[in-house]
Amino acid sequence: MDVQTTAKLNRAIAPPIKDAIEFELNLPPYAKHVLSNGVEVYAVDLGKVEAMMVSWIFDAGNSWEEKKGVAAAANSLLKNGTSDRTAFGINEHFEYYGAYLNRAAHHETAELTLHCLNKHVGELLPVVAELVSDSVYPAEELEIYRRNSQQRLQVSLKKSDFVATRLIDAYLYGEQHPYGKYSLLEDYQALEREDLTAFFDRYYRHGACRILTAGKLPTDLIQRLETSFGALPLRAPMAYSALSAPAVHPSSALSPNPPITPATVRKYNVVNDPNGVQGSIRIARNFPNRHHPDFQKVQVLNNVFGGYFGSRLMANIREDKGYTYGIHSWLVNNIQTSALMISTEAGKEVCAPAIREVYNEMQLLRTELIEEEELRMARNFTIGTILGDLDGPFHVAGRWKNILLNGLDGNYFNEGVRIIKTITPEELRTLAVKYLDPGAFFELVVV
Amino acid sequence: MIKFERFQLENGLRVLVHEDASTPMVVVNVLYDVGARDEDPKKTGFAHLFEHLMFGGSVNIDDFETPLQLAGGENNAYTTNDFTNYYIQLPAENIETAFWLESDRMLSLAFSEKSLEVQRKVVMEEFKEHYLNKPYGDVWFRLRELVYKQHPYRWMTIGSELSHIEQAQLEDVQRFFFKYYRPVNAILVVAGKVKTEQVRNLAEKWFGDIPAGERYKRDLPQEPPQREARRLTVKAPVPLDALYKCYPMASRTENGYYVADLLTEVLGGGGSSRLHQSLIKEKRLFSQIDCYHTGSVDPGLVVIEGKLIKGVSMEEADKAVEEELDKLKSEPVAVKELEKVKNKTESAIVFEDMSVMNRANSLAIYELLGDVNMMNTELGKYRAVTAEAMLETSRRIFDPLNGNTLYYQAQ
Repeated sequence: MDVQTTAKLNRAIAPPIKDAIEFELNLPPYAKHVLSNGVEVYAVDLGKVEAMMVSWIFDAGNSWEEKKGVAAAANSLLKNGTSDRTAFGINEHFEYYGAYLNRAAHHETAELTLHCLNKHVGELLPVVAELVSDSVYPAEELEIYRRNSQQRLQVSLKKSDFVATRLIDAYLYGEQHPYGKYSLLEDYQALEREDLTAFFDRYYRHGACRILTAGKLPTDLIQRLETSFGALPLRAPMAYSALSAPAVHPSSALSPNPPITPATVRKYNVVNDPNGVQGSIRIARNFPNRHHPDFQKVQVLNNVFGGYFGSRLMANIREDKGYTYGIHSWLVNNIQTSALMISTEAGKEVCAPAIREVYNEMQLLRTELIEEEELRMARNFTIGTILGDLDGPFHVAGRWKNILLNGLDGNYFNEGVRIIKTITPEELRTLAVKYLDPGAFFELVVV
Repeated sequence: MIKFERFQLENGLRVLVHEDASTPMVVVNVLYDVGARDEDPKKTGFAHLFEHLMFGGSVNIDDFETPLQLAGGENNAYTTNDFTNYYIQLPAENIETAFWLESDRMLSLAFSEKSLEVQRKVVMEEFKEHYLNKPYGDVWFRLRELVYKQHPYRWMTIGSELSHIEQAQLEDVQRFFFKYYRPVNAILVVAGKVKTEQVRNLAEKWFGDIPAGERYKRDLPQEPPQREARRLTVKAPVPLDALYKCYPMASRTENGYYVADLLTEVLGGGGSSRLHQSLIKEKRLFSQIDCYHTGSVDPGLVVIEGKLIKGVSMEEADKAVEEELDKLKSEPVAVKELEKVKNKTESAIVFEDMSVMNRANSLAIYELLGDVNMMNTELGKYRAVTAEAMLETSRRIFDPLNGNTLYYQAQ
């Protein structure tokens, strides 16, 4: 081949690259439809494969429950019986068509998500409609759920990372706040069937719902959604401003939650297992939500700090010191109020030096400017990741979901890209001074 | 139908190209035909430790991650008992960066003492995090040793003990590299927004002059057929009793593999599966029960594992599992049930193949298995499985003399 005749390859020289700032990033749009009952459908029609997902997102997270664990149980048991179908019958129906019907309960929202091949969607939507309008929560299903959840929790409580994750949230938001509360074994025991049916009736059957769908969508999909869901007593979500405390930030209308009550003590050492060989380290501080002008800027700062493999925490604590298999930091994806979280598992004997290095890295970012080459790497990596993440209908839908549930719009995405491309080392140092103040962080080690 | 082109360089490197113009990205996947099964029993965990060292700099490039991240790329790798796989995803415009990086580390590593020293520690923390500091974390060490007496599947990818990792030496690293990490033992897959001609040129340019190396001829001790029921009881500081049952099954390329895969779906795939319905819901003996298989290249295992409801005895739980297996062995699976597990499989394949990265990974593995066309013939093989084959195979697999049972008891 002619390449053989060219000059000998110089492997020490990197091939030229196209820089991230030259990439155009566009979030493919959704189409919005409104069903007769006011429920909004956001449809991302993309892709070449005859497969799709539909997600029903209700205002039914733990922010709405009056008794601990009700929202999670009501969500989890949505598949466990209607007037006409047993739990087995429901599972068999979805599985026969090779479909996945997953449930998930978060803080403000809880959802039901269907993944299926397009050819089967007609057999599945009417049954989902049955679940969201006629779940009956059979007593024996609740009894099994109670016991099995307690057993699962008993196992989880033996894991230091699980315990640490619960505790740090309680410190950040307060144990009474929906973001900070967690279930104890006895909370499961206290769940009554009436709790679930009442919650279901209010937050699912007559609930606030929006539908997100993505894939190579069948042309008759909206008609099918109208047929199955348009006449149900569902409604579109409203703003919650009437329910919440005086607006402290522009999106208090997005979350029904009371203000947070962070703990007063900042440092914690918990012995969960006297024979444990590793400590689960969590270092975290409260942080405003996505509506704050610093949010997306601090995401860039965080990338440099601990947001990806090339970050400083990873380079120092894993790749230089070998204290851990991995260390990460991120801004928590909460609607009402966020947190900046640093998380790692490190050998028991190296927890103290690992924590010291985390604070050292904070101080460095507060005092010294990030070199342009390092910032370029973080910019390019982040843009590359977003580019890869815009690939495929489900990823695009995931981005829209986050934007919509946080009360934002497409400008938020574009603004984020602009910030990644243009933020300066000086701005980042100013942000580090403001937010990476070690005194503002909670620190927890669970062994 | 997944389309691909296949060619081979003079040094033996096999190259597969899958064009998909709908994505702005490319995936560059390099699979090396070496896994934990190829290790010296006294130096286990080495293939995986070695995977970490592949990021510690190569002969002409001292830092792998920085230039890749500058090019907007991300990457990772994993080691199994069978093979080691590295993958990069990056914007198509910067594809050459991936060729530059991957070819240089195939040419030669830098063999840095510092990298070895740090990664030994990192892997030891990984070992602790996943296997020591978790309830039930040591189960698979026990099970592998119970089932495999000859075959090197008897140890875990992470290694059988921390000391093996601790003792790894730079000479071991060098020897391992030049024995296994040669073009003749590697498969390169490029997928996404690329053209075959472009890949051909880049492959020649960057990989063409790497010495071929010697083809590694695998000659592993094979596991003799099991002819005795094996049992083991362990006591551990865990909150719940757990039951594990393992049964040797067919190798990845035998027809029996597809039958066994569907059998695990019948038993443990989802809320309408038999074990879930009978043992969690109806008899309420388990709070959790799963059935799956290890999917390995050489003969793998069908595994049933469950956590018992407090107060239920191991013997009672075990007997109830056996009863379900007896049903499977005595009556053919109903038409609807068989159709269900086939539909589930079809769906799983479609969703898995939606990602370019998964398609690249699958192409590499099928090439490793000896026939990349399997990428498009798998579903047909599942569809062809009959109820009779299910009956016959279940009798063979779930023969009590083929069984390995672990009672993992809460102290």
